[in-house]
Amino acid sequence: MKDFIIPGQAGAWGNGIQDETDRGTPAATGAPVTLTIDGMEITVPAGTSVMRAASEAGIQVPKLCATDSLEAFGSCRLCAVEIDGRRGTPASCTTPVHAGMKVHTQTAKLRKLRKGVMELYISDHPLDCLTCAANNDCELQDMAGAVGLRDVRYKAPESAPLANHFEARDTSGAANPEWLPKDDSNPYFTYDASKCIVCNRCVRACEEVQGTFALTIEGRGFDSRVAVGAENFMASDCVSCGACVQACPTATLQEKSVIELGTPDRSVVTTCAYCGVGCSFKAEMQGDQLVRMVPYKHGKANRGHSCVKGRFAYGYASHSDRILNPMIRDSVDQPWKEVSWEEALGFAAKKLVGLQAKYGQKSIGVITSSRCTNEETYLVQKLTRAVFGNNNTDTCARVCHSPTGYGLGQTFGTSAGTQDFDSVEKSDVIIVIGANPTDGHPVFASRLRKRLRQGAKLIVVDPRRIDLLQTPHMGEGHHLPLRPGTNVAVVSALSHVIVTEGLMDETFINARCDLDAWEDYKAFISEDRHAPEATEALTGVSAETLRQAARAFATGGNGAIYYGLGVTEHSQGSTTVMAIANLAMMTGNIGREGVGVNPLRGQNNVQGSCDMGSFPHEFPGYRHVKTDEARQMFERVWGVSLDAEPGLRIPNMLDAAVDGTFKGLYCQGEDILQSDPDTKHVAAGLAAMDCVIVHDLFLNETANYAHVFLPGSTFLEKDGTFTNAERRINRVRKVMAPKNGYADWEVTQMLANAVLKETGGGRWTYTHPAEIMDEIAATTPSFAGVDYALLEAEGSVQWPCNEEHPIGTPLMHVDGFMRGKGRFIVTEYIPTDEKTGPRFPLLLTTGRILSQYNVGAQTRRTKNSLWHDQDLLEIHPHDAENRGLKDGDWVRLASRSGETSLRAKVTDRVSPGVVYTTFHHPDTQANVITTEYSDWATNCPEYKVTAVQVAASNGPSEWQQTYSAQAEKSRRIAAAE
Amino acid sequence: MTNDKMILMANQIAAFFNTQPGVDQARGVAQHIKDFWEPRMIAQLRAYLAEGGQGLDPLVIEAATVL
Repeated sequence: MKDFIIPGQAGAWGNGIQDETDRGTPAATGAPVTLTIDGMEITVPAGTSVMRAASEAGIQVPKLCATDSLEAFGSCRLCAVEIDGRRGTPASCTTPVHAGMKVHTQTAKLRKLRKGVMELYISDHPLDCLTCAANNDCELQDMAGAVGLRDVRYKAPESAPLANHFEARDTSGAANPEWLPKDDSNPYFTYDASKCIVCNRCVRACEEVQGTFALTIEGRGFDSRVAVGAENFMASDCVSCGACVQACPTATLQEKSVIELGTPDRSVVTTCAYCGVGCSFKAEMQGDQLVRMVPYKHGKANRGHSCVKGRFAYGYASHSDRILNPMIRDSVDQPWKEVSWEEALGFAAKKLVGLQAKYGQKSIGVITSSRCTNEETYLVQKLTRAVFGNNNTDTCARVCHSPTGYGLGQTFGTSAGTQDFDSVEKSDVIIVIGANPTDGHPVFASRLRKRLRQGAKLIVVDPRRIDLLQTPHMGEGHHLPLRPGTNVAVVSALSHVIVTEGLMDETFINARCDLDAWEDYKAFISEDRHAPEATEALTGVSAETLRQAARAFATGGNGAIYYGLGVTEHSQGSTTVMAIANLAMMTGNIGREGVGVNPLRGQNNVQGSCDMGSFPHEFPGYRHVKTDEARQMFERVWGVSLDAEPGLRIPNMLDAAVDGTFKGLYCQGEDILQSDPDTKHVAAGLAAMDCVIVHDLFLNETANYAHVFLPGSTFLEKDGTFTNAERRINRVRKVMAPKNGYADWEVTQMLANAVLKETGGGRWTYTHPAEIMDEIAATTPSFAGVDYALLEAEGSVQWPCNEEHPIGTPLMHVDGFMRGKGRFIVTEYIPTDEKTGPRFPLLLTTGRILSQYNVGAQTRRTKNSLWHDQDLLEIHPHDAENRGLKDGDWVRLASRSGETSLRAKVTDRVSPGVVYTTFHHPDTQANVITTEYSDWATNCPEYKVTAVQVAASNGPSEWQQTYSAQAEKSRRIAAAE
Repeated sequence: MTNDKMILMANQIAAFFNTQPGVDQARGVAQHIKDFWEPRMIAQLRAYLAEGGQGLDPLVIEAATVL
């Protein structure tokens, strides 16, 4: 769709919209060049197109095939200009500016030419504008007006029909061979070839922006048309990112929501609530009806791009499964009873206070949500520290990136990635370890792929052949298909090669790192036992491949490392993070653009939830609760005494519950029963508690064991901030009233006040999340400069944001590490205790796919399930044949923890001996299989290594059937009296 | 938590610090436990040590003296 500006309704902090004029071609960065356009002098960077220069001078040259998100193409001929001293009428989009150039955009010759061009376009276009979904949002319509087209002379003679693409039948009733029926196979948009002007923008968007190359133009001349290389869009390689729809200047590619609802009338900039990329979107509205989500071109994380989840999968927000009234019950075998907020909160408060009186102050706790805002997370951890009087707070980062916090904290001194996403545009060699960005972080993956197409080298360390390795037109690629559980050995072998071949950056090491620690590490890593030839049998990675990869990384220019949960979710997760930090330091790849260590965060606000003090041992800003200065400061601000001992982590809470010493939990926006390992143990822990409060959008799996249900609000229904994987603090803006009546921060405040009413404490009185952010800034040094006014002015900022860095810090450790000198740490490989053997000969590793998100609570309630309606078990053909399994068969997947059944997908994407599945569907409950083994430093579960056996099955296991029956019974809601 | 799980967790920590250069590995184990374990977990470890500490890495036993 064209980039039109909708006047926004400014709230207390505005709608975030900046100038969105489409300047036709991308911005350039060259030296200043001065030229004259229509008599106006303008100075622009060298490399700027005449079209863009004109636009920046306030002159819009008519255009159809140009848009500033794509490189100039020069096919439509509408943007022709005249230039003094040059022959003809060059296309302004493909003509770069020169000093002294004199350009004319409006002459009699140009007007005639443009009118002729438009006349030809319109002669092959249906004139159904009034009933077209793009009416008033169509660039073809706009350009017809702009060039003054008043008539189309090309009429069909009575003797014969005029060839066209838009009439199904000619005047004689015969079928028109040029006409194609509308393709509505995709659940979110349609492709109507009859409205296509073959401007190529969709094809170029798929190539340049998304990098999938799913579209092409087939045929020549009049027969040219967009093609998907398959029967329809749904059957093609299209990943439904929406880039083509965004680029289309007509209604050829059109959102179904706009076809159904019409064009929006206002727009608010907000932040996506899916993965840790943190894309900015415009929520385009009609009143309180969301019409569509459009990626925001000024979004600094996504630069105008999107994926199928953020762009289209928002239907869960209005899904009929949402629970909008509070509910309570005395025991989990009873049906739920809908009650007032006051009754629910009073019921919860009395239970919590009673439990503390009976079992002690440390018998209750909270789990904060990485899907909620910073402000909401801050309040939940404050609830347990300042109201419950203990440090029993944890968050989903426990089960994903807690080793990142520990590992980077030990080596660099801070618990976050070092770069911004723009940095990848300067990378020359990119290592991706244990991450699958095209599925888990698709918008960043598109930016990464763009760099690979420009020639950057790729090194993938992963048991599976991830899609990134199939990037079209990429340069050199190395795949190190390691055996699950051997990350430390592989990264250490890379470092061994670099050190023993003398490829390290000694200048950087000498200037920036602790030299005693370096000498210790150098001696350790130089030992022959770390050589790739020595580790080959253990890791499964060929020594030669590994040596080539190490040399490429050390000598190839700017080296960047991106990693995901394939690194952290191991018994040596923290050790691998430290090994990665070692690798970056020894090659000098820290502290400038194009390099760095970059954890790809899973959930939208997992970085923020960690920053906000969700961990039981740390206050906001990663200060240990034992630190007197930090604790006393919070005691002053909050007006209470605070516990100086660390609290329980999630697995510890569940253990303590089974032991009978942990009895109550407030769980906000987290479904631990589905997401956490060893489901049977999680269920036992929850069942042992006397008061489980679930605060969520839906009756999730954890709610099957809950006594109080507090309805949650979606990201569309509240104000706040999310912090993405690049430490970027982005505004979340309320675009509609909470359907449940309250934003989540208000619910937490009401719960705190209900407890304080019981205990006689003072009330919380926040009236807007901006006030909570002010408290965060006042108490957290890395957020000291952050407030909503700054975010409004800058769009977003990356922490640290303080007096020293008033508009944030895109790159970390530029002049020195946060801890002073970078610290090398010896990273000995220690095998996991989870072993394969005759009973369980295969290794299971788990992950996610593009269309589903985490436990699927949101995406399963959208049409994304058309792509993935069940978890599948990927198994290598060799292992499948040994077991007599065929693609699509039901299989029984068993480990020492439990068993489940699902269907098999036979594929060589996994190596022999390795099987893989996702955890998006509660019917499968992949975590029945995973074990209690965890990272030595943080208790992050070892999801990525489970010894299993696979065998043929007849259908769901007995456990699945029992669980399903229990869940159905638990979700009963009593009829209103 | 079960003693088996506690032993596993403590021994994992010891396994890491056992590999670190220098002479203060026990202090490293103790500090890690003090930084990350909740008091009732430490109490369980102490109680288990009082019963003999079977199965615990010697470094954990040494660390317990400075917990």
